[in-house]
Amino acid sequence: MSIVRLLVGTRKGAFILTSDETRKDWQVDGPHFAGWEVYHIKGSQADPNRIYASQTSEWFGQVIQRSNDGGKSWEQPGTPAGEATTDEQGMPKGESNKFVYDTSEATGKPLTTHQWYDGTAHPWEFKRVWHLEPSLNDPDTVYAGVEDAALFRSSDGARTWQEMPGLRGHGTGKDWSPGAGGMCLHTILLDPTDPQRMYVAISAAGAFRSDDAGETWRPINNGLVSEYIPDPTAEIGHCVHRIDMHPSQPNVLYMQKHWDVMRSENGGESWTEVSGDLPSDFGFPIAVHAHEPETIYVIPITSDSLHYPPEGKLRVYRSRGGGNDWEALTNGLPQQDCYVNILRDAMCVDKLDSCGIYFGTTGGQVYCSADSGDNWQAIVRDLPPALSVEVQTIG
Amino acid sequence: MTVRVQIPFHLQTLAHCNKEIELAVEDAVSVASIVRALEARYPMLSGTVLDHYTGQRQPKIRFFACGEDVSLLPLETELPPDIANGNEPLMIVGAISGG
Repeated sequence: MSIVRLLVGTRKGAFILTSDETRKDWQVDGPHFAGWEVYHIKGSQADPNRIYASQTSEWFGQVIQRSNDGGKSWEQPGTPAGEATTDEQGMPKGESNKFVYDTSEATGKPLTTHQWYDGTAHPWEFKRVWHLEPSLNDPDTVYAGVEDAALFRSSDGARTWQEMPGLRGHGTGKDWSPGAGGMCLHTILLDPTDPQRMYVAISAAGAFRSDDAGETWRPINNGLVSEYIPDPTAEIGHCVHRIDMHPSQPNVLYMQKHWDVMRSENGGESWTEVSGDLPSDFGFPIAVHAHEPETIYVIPITSDSLHYPPEGKLRVYRSRGGGNDWEALTNGLPQQDCYVNILRDAMCVDKLDSCGIYFGTTGGQVYCSADSGDNWQAIVRDLPPALSVEVQTIG
Repeated sequence: MTVRVQIPFHLQTLAHCNKEIELAVEDAVSVASIVRALEARYPMLSGTVLDHYTGQRQPKIRFFACGEDVSLLPLETELPPDIANGNEPLMIVGAISGG
C-alpha cells in the first residue's frame, strides 16, 4: 500500500497531510514552524525521508529547515541537535541560513545592481528562498531559488550555500526587474535524462537554461509576447509564473506566463501559445499529469488586477493534447462566490496509477482529485493561505 | 560582564528559549557585541537580527535600551551602563503588525 504525503507551506507554518492510496481519509500534522511563512517545502526524490523547508519572515529573515525522518522532526542543518553550536574557533555555525551573493572577481562578473520598478539601478538584496529543488539522485544536493533573483546550491545537505553566479552574471542581470511579488527565482527544473541541463524562471525576467550543470546560462524567451513591457518580444523582461515538464519528454516545456499559456518542444528554444479556449489565460501554476505527458492542468485567474477565478467559479482546466483544447473540471469545486487565488508553487501531481492532482488556495483550502481531475474533494478548508503544495508518493 | 537581552516571540520559538536571556559579553557592550554573543549562544538565530549580507539591522527590528530607541545608532555604539551591568535588558523588538 502506497502512502501519499502532501507538504503544504502556508503564511503561518507548514502542514503535512498524509493518506493511503485511496486518498479519502487524511491525517493533518502541523503547524510546523508556527507563525512563520513557509514559502516552500519539498522532499528528495532520492530519499523521501529527507525534506527541506524554507522558513522565512519579513522580520527575522531566512531559516532553512531539514528533516531526515519524513517531517517528524526538524533541524537547522547548520546546527544539528546535539552538536556543538560553535566551531573550533568559537564561531557560530548558523551557516545554513546564509545566502550571500557572490560578488568576487574570481567569478568574472561581479554584479551589484538590477533594475527597480521605476527603472533605476537597485542593489541586489537577499530577501527569502522561494523554492527548494532537491537533486534527483543525491539527497544532500539541493538548489535554492531566491529573491532577489539568484540560484544557490548546497551539496552538504543545506549546511552551506554557494551562489551559482553564472546565472546573474551571464549578461542580462543588470536589466532584470521585479514583478509585483518581488524579483524571485521561483522555478527550478532538472532534466532527468541530462544532468547537465537545468531550467529556471524568474519574475519578471523570464526563463533561462543551462547546458553545463548551472555553470553558464542564457535566456530562452523566444516566442514569448508580453504586451505590458516596452518591447513585447524582448529577450528578457517576461513575467513567467511557472514552468513544468514531464520526465519522459524533458524537451517539452509548459509555461504559465503572467498572461498566456505557452509550450516549447525544443527545450525552450522557442515557445508557442496554447491558451486556446481558456476563459482567461492569466494564472500562476501549471502541472503535467504523471503518466500522460500531453495532459496538462492550469487554474485560470481573472486578470493581473483581479486575482481570483473568473465568475467566482473555481475551475481547473485540463488539456489532453498539450494545450489549445481545454475542458473545465468542476466536480467538487465551488462554482459560485469563490474568490481565492492559487499561487505558482501550489499545484502538484502524485505518481499513483490513478494520478492525483492537488492544489492549495489563498483561502486555506487544499483540494485533491484522485482521478486525474474528474472529481475533487477538500482535504482541509481552514489552513492559513497556501504558498506551496508538493506531494510525495511513497511505496 | 553579563548582560540581559529580551527577544521577540518568534525568535524564542526558533531558539527554544525564554523571552529574556543572560549573555556574557567580553567586548564593549553594544548592540553589535550583544548580537554576536546571542548568535554564539544560539546559532539558529544567526542572521535573524542583523542581516547576513549587509550586517545591518533587519528593517522591521528595533532596539531599545533604558527606554530609549537606539535602533538608528551605529551598531558598535556603547550602550548605557545600566545595560552593561545587567540592571536593564536590551530589548530586541519586532515592529508591530497585524496578520
